[in-house]
Amino acid sequence: MSQISVQNVSKYWGATRAVENVSFDAVAGSLIVLLGPSGCGKSTTLRLIAGLEQVTSGRIFLGSQDVTALPPAKRRISMVFQSYALFPHLTVAENILFGLRVRKVPAVERTRRLNRVAALLGLDSLLERKPSQLSGGQQQRVALGRAIIAETPVCLMDEPLSNLDAQLRAEMRREIRTLQQQLGITMVYVTHDQSEAMSMADWVILMRNGRIEQAARPEDLYARPASTFAARFIGTPPMNILPVVPNTGDLLFGIRPEHIILGDTGIPARVQSAEFLGADTIVTCAYGGQTLAARVPGKAAFPTGATVGVQWHPENLHFFDAASGLRRDDVATSPREMPASPKNAPSFEEKRTCFAQK
Amino acid sequence: MHGVEPLAVAQPPPQAQYARGGSALAVHIYGWLLLLPAAVLLVAFTHYPAVQTLIDSFYSTPRGRRGAVFVGLDNYQTMLADPVFWRALQNNVVYATSVIPLTIALALAMALLINGKIAGRPFLRLSFFTPTVLPMIAVANIWLFFYSPGYGLLDQILGLFDSSTHNWLGDEHTALGCLIAVAVWKDAGFFMIFYLAALQQISPQLAEAAALEGAGRWYFFRRVTFPLLMPTTLFVLVNAVINSFRLVDHIVVMTQGGPDNTTALLLFYIYEVGFKFWDTAYAATLTVVLLVLLACLALGQFLILDRRIHYQ
Repeated sequence: MSQISVQNVSKYWGATRAVENVSFDAVAGSLIVLLGPSGCGKSTTLRLIAGLEQVTSGRIFLGSQDVTALPPAKRRISMVFQSYALFPHLTVAENILFGLRVRKVPAVERTRRLNRVAALLGLDSLLERKPSQLSGGQQQRVALGRAIIAETPVCLMDEPLSNLDAQLRAEMRREIRTLQQQLGITMVYVTHDQSEAMSMADWVILMRNGRIEQAARPEDLYARPASTFAARFIGTPPMNILPVVPNTGDLLFGIRPEHIILGDTGIPARVQSAEFLGADTIVTCAYGGQTLAARVPGKAAFPTGATVGVQWHPENLHFFDAASGLRRDDVATSPREMPASPKNAPSFEEKRTCFAQK
Repeated sequence: MHGVEPLAVAQPPPQAQYARGGSALAVHIYGWLLLLPAAVLLVAFTHYPAVQTLIDSFYSTPRGRRGAVFVGLDNYQTMLADPVFWRALQNNVVYATSVIPLTIALALAMALLINGKIAGRPFLRLSFFTPTVLPMIAVANIWLFFYSPGYGLLDQILGLFDSSTHNWLGDEHTALGCLIAVAVWKDAGFFMIFYLAALQQISPQLAEAAALEGAGRWYFFRRVTFPLLMPTTLFVLVNAVINSFRLVDHIVVMTQGGPDNTTALLLFYIYEVGFKFWDTAYAATLTVVLLVLLACLALGQFLILDRRIHYQ
């Protein structure tokens, strides 16, 4: 059964189209990530589900109930804000209990739930502190506590980890995912960090300019990007996208950095830089006006300026329409444009000035 | 001499300079000279008069060739037996306990109103703030017209319903109330600015988080907005208390303390005693009492309220 159903939802502010014709369903107990660059409409979509903004058109269902016209409090959702929105003058305990007090939950029940949530999140010793006396990670936990104590079936998260440092972010990422699965919450999670999306989501909705670019499981999003935008947004470094040669002007091909094989044979390219990351090295190579990134295991011994041969396996190639940027699966089977094998690999156009790599 | 030059001070650290040139004295003189203008003004117009007032309150008023004589607590005893002093004190308590809460409540209400999204917000802000820029004398004269019997604004409006005229400022029962209304009208706009500034510091996400939890507007105001405004309220409260004892311009213009001392406030009474009856020693005594009263109030406010206030 789908817990959240967003149907043809649009939101306009005057002539600005923040969200346009967005539809998706979330299965009960799943974690959906709304992913995209800033200004793509992901936060607005979340706020529409929460009821903090009103839709211009379309319908939103939570469970079997049409909540499109309901105020936020009637939707039985909880939400974690990017700024945490903790009440600065209240203690941790009072912050967590805020909603229960509003709803006049009996004191015994309040205490029971508070103890449970505090134990779950490791906040036992902090209950009497004020938010200003907590670290960023602890504040984040309080915000989480306030969301889960309501025991609502749906929890919305608006970039909850963006104010934390990298190490804490990775830790909280795991913690939130575990919590979500443990409590069986349906979660909609907004982020602009593709690694967060890939590692946490059951289903990723990639947005761009208010529309859904691609909705897929993380592994499919990575393996079969629906457009050049999706291909470049997912993966670090992102997919290399280059024009196909012989150049007919209408086709691009893409290859992930880890699928590029550097060696003595193949298309000759010049090493521009090598970025050692520990487990692997990102080698940036130039051929004519194009650059492409390759991920090679370990510490690669390619000095800057050296010439290397670039190769790949044809099954790792992706093809996109140059005009629309959309994926074309019909091309891979066509022998004419097959650039794949090392011998007839695409030779890059010398004079091209636009860079496939950003 | 080189210690006086700013550049010479800036180059080596001061300690090094003491050791080398032994010009610590020059640095001290330099510092005191800088402080002198402010210190002279403070001493001449604040500290010396305050101390002198306290001393004067233990002496008799010098009259003609008869100089001031030390009389101990005589002036204070006179004061305790003075019915007009008690009347003025009582008036001031009524005045303060009405003006302060009314001003604060009105200031907060206006700030909440124009902090929201309503039409004509800049115009409302301007009109709420206008009374603040007017001098109290001008305000008093405007209201003097409002209160005029027969043709005043208030009587003209009431005249639509009944034809009797009211002498608002001449009636013992209404005179003090009239002055209270003027004071509230004058100060509310000023305090509103502070509340407005504080309200705009509160993250709108707090309201959203509370709305998600089902908190109504009143609940949110009571549990979140008002507590977060407490530092501002304390500041406004201290100022309102001081104003309610300090501002008497409107009494001078509108009632002169009458009728039958019903609008005589403490400071107005001090002014009368000091500059109309020329009993300067007794005026000094009353001033000391007023100062002690204000100091106690301010201290109490800070000590009691400060502990219960959340500062960001």
